[in-house]
Amino acid sequence: MIEIKNLTKTFNTADGTVEALRNVSLSIPDGDIFGIIGMSGAGKSTLVRCINMLERPTEGTVEVDGVDLGSLSAKELRAKRHDITMIFQGFNLLMQKNCLKNVCFPLELQGMKGAEAKKRAIELLDIVGLADKAKAYPAQLSGGQQQRVAIARALTTQPKVLLCDEATSALDPNTTNSILELIKEINARMGITVVVITHQMSVVESICKHVAILDGGEVVEQGEVSEVFAHPKSQAARNLVFPEGEDSSLNVGNAGEHFIRVVYNGAYAAGKPMIARLAIDKGIEANISYASTKGISGKAFGTILLSISGDDQAVRDTIEYLTTEPGIEAEEVKVHVH
Amino acid sequence: MFTDIFSPESLAEAWEIIRTQFPMALWETFYVTVLATAFAILIGLPLGVLLVVGEKGGIRPIPRWIMAVINFIINVLRSVPFLILMILVFPLTRLIIGTTVGTVASIVPLVIAAFPFVARLVESCLREVNPNLIEMAQSTGATPFQIIYKVMIPESWPSLISNFTVAITTILGYSAMSGIIGGGGLGKIAINYGYYRYKYLVMFLAVILLIILVQIFQSVGTKLAVKTDKRLKNQAK
Repeated sequence: MIEIKNLTKTFNTADGTVEALRNVSLSIPDGDIFGIIGMSGAGKSTLVRCINMLERPTEGTVEVDGVDLGSLSAKELRAKRHDITMIFQGFNLLMQKNCLKNVCFPLELQGMKGAEAKKRAIELLDIVGLADKAKAYPAQLSGGQQQRVAIARALTTQPKVLLCDEATSALDPNTTNSILELIKEINARMGITVVVITHQMSVVESICKHVAILDGGEVVEQGEVSEVFAHPKSQAARNLVFPEGEDSSLNVGNAGEHFIRVVYNGAYAAGKPMIARLAIDKGIEANISYASTKGISGKAFGTILLSISGDDQAVRDTIEYLTTEPGIEAEEVKVHVH
Repeated sequence: MFTDIFSPESLAEAWEIIRTQFPMALWETFYVTVLATAFAILIGLPLGVLLVVGEKGGIRPIPRWIMAVINFIINVLRSVPFLILMILVFPLTRLIIGTTVGTVASIVPLVIAAFPFVARLVESCLREVNPNLIEMAQSTGATPFQIIYKVMIPESWPSLISNFTVAITTILGYSAMSGIIGGGGLGKIAINYGYYRYKYLVMFLAVILLIILVQIFQSVGTKLAVKTDKRLKNQAK
């Protein structure tokens, strides 16, 4: 269990103080895959570095399994870091050491004997599927392979928590998926709590159970991934869920049109011809201005923006008709037309 | 002045000097250079590490005023021309070696002149180490000392070798200069026979030998640096 309480981090720069994190509170249950998502500069990297005290919080506490990390001595903290390991966007392998030596590195720091460390390292290289690359140097590997070696290295000390700092951001989509699969598998197999820092919604979608959205140093939304995706409340969440801009398509609107946002929040609604039914049953012709739906955790989620011409009564009828269906929500939205 | 350079007499004379003096001089130059470089690295390497890790924001910060003093001393030693420095360190040389004249005695000023230079070279090498690697080591629970000897130095090893090669060739040049105040080796021969006694052939040969030595040091150094660098993809394992 990782408990972050009222965490604030300010940096003193030449241009004055910068507040990177403001009053962040999160609790991450054991065995979870927890996503922390936000745009560049939202404070994600600072937050993850506060979890292992690479950055000291200005205020607030970070507790891992009930231990306040801020209260530990330098020596105790170094020991604790064997339990909370990290992988990075740039992989950060020692370029002058072969893969085996890289994986052995954390064990060497602990003073483990060469043969024993080597045995453990080979086991882990096998888990990440690179047993045959033990003698290769990082420069001879692809990005995805390098990240696998980094994951093996992060697992050698049998940690309880794995922090992933933009671990797939430097990889192509296919490699990203295979690395995410590996992380998921490790989480399931070893029960390691995984904290995933990313700016990519797709990463959160594919592996996270919970997500916190960070914007301007604050947590603006958090909860189960499917819930946050279905009802993005904050502007930051909407920007992430609708990266193309949900309202960008509205410029086609004409004066006198009403817009209704329909939110699909369940498994069945997306499979029904709702719009066609609306026309047949109610005689209301709706035009789809924007649509984005996706399957998350086995359910269908998404948003459709309908434009209808007609009076307020037609709008009310439409909303009433659509919301009779379980898993659908609808509301009128005001948009600018020209 | 060079008209008699290849006359039979001067050739015979030069051959005599080459035969009797050169092997010893070459050996002296070689060991003075290697020993002075070794001592300069022994002092300069830790000092260069200190310059990087000890600064504000480094992995093991030390008080600002100590850093300022170290930087000042290095800069002063690097500013003094080598010829003057040799004379200035006479008391120290006498203290350590017992005399200020001779081949062994010339090692002291060479080390004093070279270690600040080596410290700066080491400093610039270590600054090139990817800061993300240091962060990785910290996140893995490495102590500052472990970061130095398991990450910073091994990761910059190829460029350290290149820079130590620069150092050894520079020290070779200085060692030749020390011939003026009684140091031994090829420098002494070039000055004593060539400059003071107008035996230019001997001087040229001494200089050619110095050039060959520099070439050997440089190519061995470059080869080693390339060979040890595992970042180069195409090399054989």
